[in-house]
Amino acid sequence: MRRSGDGERWSHGDGGTGRQGSLALFLSIALVLSSSAQSFAQQISESTRQHGVSFPRGTYAIRNAHIVTVSGADIDNGTIVIRDGKIEAVGAGVTVPSGAQIIDAAGLRVYPGMIDAATSMGLVEVGQGASGTVDTTEVGDLNPNVKAIIGINPHSAHIAVTRVDGVTNAVSMPLGGLISGQAAIVNLVGTTPLEMAVVPYAALVINYPRAGGGGGGGGFFVPDQPPNLTEALAQANRQLNQIRKMLSDAEVYGRAQEAYAKDKSLPRSDQNVVLEPLVPYVRGERSVIFRADRETDIRGAIRFAEEMKLKPIILGGNDAGKIASFLKDKNIPVILTGILDLPAREDDFYDVLYENAAKLQQAGVRFCISSGDNGANVRNLPYYAGMAAAFGLPKTEALKAVTLYPAQIMNVADRLGSIEAGKMANLVVTDGDLLETRTGVRHLFIDGRQIPLHSRHTDLNDAFKNRR
Amino acid sequence: MRRLFIHFLTCSLLAGFLLPETFAQRRISAPDILIRNATVLTVTRGTLPNADVLIRNGKIVAVGKNLNAGNARLIDTTGKYLMPGIVDCHSHSMLDAINEGSLSVTSMTRMNDVLNPNDVDLYRALAGGVTSLNLLHGSANAIGGQNTVVKIKYGRPVEEFLFPGALPGIKFALGENPKRASFTPQPGQQRRYPATRMGVEEVIREAFTRARDYKMSWDEYRAGVARRDQNLIPPRRDLQLEPLVEVMEGKRYVHAHCYRADEILMLINLANEFGFKIRTFQHTLEGYKVAKEIAQHGAGASIFADNWAYKIEAYDAIPYNAAIMTRAGVNVSMNSDSDERARRLNIEAAKSMRYGDLSEEEALKLITWNPAWQLGIHDRVGSIEVGKDADLAIWNGHPLSVYSRVETTFVDGEIFFDRQQDLARRADLLKERAQLEQAEPNRPPSGGALPSPTPRRRRPTNHDDDMWEGEQP
Repeated sequence: MRRSGDGERWSHGDGGTGRQGSLALFLSIALVLSSSAQSFAQQISESTRQHGVSFPRGTYAIRNAHIVTVSGADIDNGTIVIRDGKIEAVGAGVTVPSGAQIIDAAGLRVYPGMIDAATSMGLVEVGQGASGTVDTTEVGDLNPNVKAIIGINPHSAHIAVTRVDGVTNAVSMPLGGLISGQAAIVNLVGTTPLEMAVVPYAALVINYPRAGGGGGGGGFFVPDQPPNLTEALAQANRQLNQIRKMLSDAEVYGRAQEAYAKDKSLPRSDQNVVLEPLVPYVRGERSVIFRADRETDIRGAIRFAEEMKLKPIILGGNDAGKIASFLKDKNIPVILTGILDLPAREDDFYDVLYENAAKLQQAGVRFCISSGDNGANVRNLPYYAGMAAAFGLPKTEALKAVTLYPAQIMNVADRLGSIEAGKMANLVVTDGDLLETRTGVRHLFIDGRQIPLHSRHTDLNDAFKNRR
Repeated sequence: MRRLFIHFLTCSLLAGFLLPETFAQRRISAPDILIRNATVLTVTRGTLPNADVLIRNGKIVAVGKNLNAGNARLIDTTGKYLMPGIVDCHSHSMLDAINEGSLSVTSMTRMNDVLNPNDVDLYRALAGGVTSLNLLHGSANAIGGQNTVVKIKYGRPVEEFLFPGALPGIKFALGENPKRASFTPQPGQQRRYPATRMGVEEVIREAFTRARDYKMSWDEYRAGVARRDQNLIPPRRDLQLEPLVEVMEGKRYVHAHCYRADEILMLINLANEFGFKIRTFQHTLEGYKVAKEIAQHGAGASIFADNWAYKIEAYDAIPYNAAIMTRAGVNVSMNSDSDERARRLNIEAAKSMRYGDLSEEEALKLITWNPAWQLGIHDRVGSIEVGKDADLAIWNGHPLSVYSRVETTFVDGEIFFDRQQDLARRADLLKERAQLEQAEPNRPPSGGALPSPTPRRRRPTNHDDDMWEGEQP
């Protein structure tokens, strides 16, 4: 006898409980099984101690290592001395200072830590069903005064999960709107956001207005589709004018403030918290990151940057390979985030995005490779570079694309991106090729601090792997 | 009548002259292929350096050194690797619809009815060495629709995709998706039952209770027929319950979407109570917490390599999942659940060596023999052995290396992807595209510089937990 099934039963479910149980659910996840609950709880409290605090700087000597400096030739059987957070010396004949802790890296390799130039690390913990943990996107379209460094949670589980796989630095950026806010360059260790910061206000992030919407970054659904192409173009144009006006206002504001500072007899303008942070960007002193994937949007962003005298970086860049010589002529750097995206058009060649990096490299365009991920999957950064290498990018270039090149593009190559004396001691010691999937990380240093190779994931593994 | 006959004749002539090779003929008359001097990753019988594989009539007929080529077409694979075609045990590719989300039990729906053989992502999967897919219903309901197993015969009629003899299956779903944790009802719309994990269990229990009664009515009727009883009335057919009866009779596999350890145990207990087996747990993010219970039940687990934290029930996912469950004796596979990820399942498999130290062979099994077992097609595909289907991929380096890519992909001994052929066609295709863009119907409506249109994809590309389609406004 067939019943009408579930339709009759909807009334049962109309409790309207909403999300009130989410905290309890969240906590219960950690304690699902009574048999393992106790040891697991111990693990978690241990991990809090391990993950949340700053680790002391020390004097270290990594010996007998194959050193991949990235900026220069590899050094076989070399030594790296780390002191006061920096690489003090690197080479084959380096003397180990007395009192240094020795790390024997025989058979291992040392690389500079990887850098992901486009993440929202620390700004989101659980994207769906836990909106209280999402701090990526502010209300409104124009938020230059919103700063990632304020919202980064140094105790996010994503941070340790990411660094133990060899990514030591991330650019963390706000998402959404037209002017999303300001990105920070951080070390993936530290008790406070400012302890993590390498450059707290590193770049302004603008979503270049795209006809037809979308491409805003971080949003899954495209809001308010314009009804036709003409209206879509008009809308994009209006949005660009909004940005243009705000940047122009900031430029004027900056001049007025400067003039008043020199001559107090001039009229004083009130401080403007929105325009003030834009001043170094409109003066070309800091980089402006434009999110743009389509050829027309990349060209538009560069045209706009020239008009406003900005210092642009293209973020996304899925069509960049098509206009590589143009980008080379203009000397515009590109942060590629779409290497593992599906091609947008049905008739795109299957490898069009896999080989995007190779095309830029062959044309001499400055580029780097990023996961473009919010945080949880940033550890996959080496496989983005590896895929580019499978499709024409030389392996040495693929390595640079996640170390030295992002450091150069983000203007921190004096501190990060290669193994050279004087640079910050952000180093990864591995048992194989840094980009190869099977390679394991054996030792990790960030800011001259030796970081235990523990994370939420290794803790859960330890807690459950021997359950019988 | 005479006109009809002429029409028939014309069709026959056309078929005979213009299309001299029907598909059946092509298969029969295709020459043998000898793949020569590859490193052959058999998966079940170790790695064979400098070995040959002979393909005849779509089957592997010989594996060994210095095989006699005869009249076979030679493919020199010196320095290259040959592995079985990848089997993706969780895909929504080529589906025009994924979720029938209006009821909590939609076992009457079939993915078979919504196959689109022209989905270009199929070609992109072939270019990643994938040859078979498990096409699953979404996870909007506790008991979803019937899945379909296909071989990726891209460019062929849809009938040729269906994997011959694959046991049918059905999708179940537990946790946040069937309880609609992230689904906001429209104004005036009631919430669908269930809204809790308690309710999810209840929905499945209730459905199987009905199915058990339904099965008994048929058993009684058939017994009566056997006894030659008079005036028997057959029970009314119930298309919702029939697949569940097949589950209880072991004729249909259960593929159960799940995340948390507690809900995995719940379904194992329920299955034991009703006397059926779960063939695979899908996603199984906390499978590592209950690995021994999964192993005891005899279920497989089809998982992501390292995807986590995208929702609350994914917050305890760890990349050591594959290794822990494998060590506990669970048959584990790595799936894509995404047309994007499907293209690089080799990298996903390799992650199990990084996290948990699985061997190369164990890692390869995660995307070949294990998913084949999970779909009951391991006698046909999933390893390189004499007698098996010639579903193979040639790689330019070891497939577990991030630096490797696919050169050629075979399905039933035929080439469905070849990088050199693909490259050779590109100049012509670009020319054709340029011509089409100049054609009158494709010109912009008015002059001036306009952005090149980017067609929106038919559906989201990332199905992380396959609930998107039909779920969101």
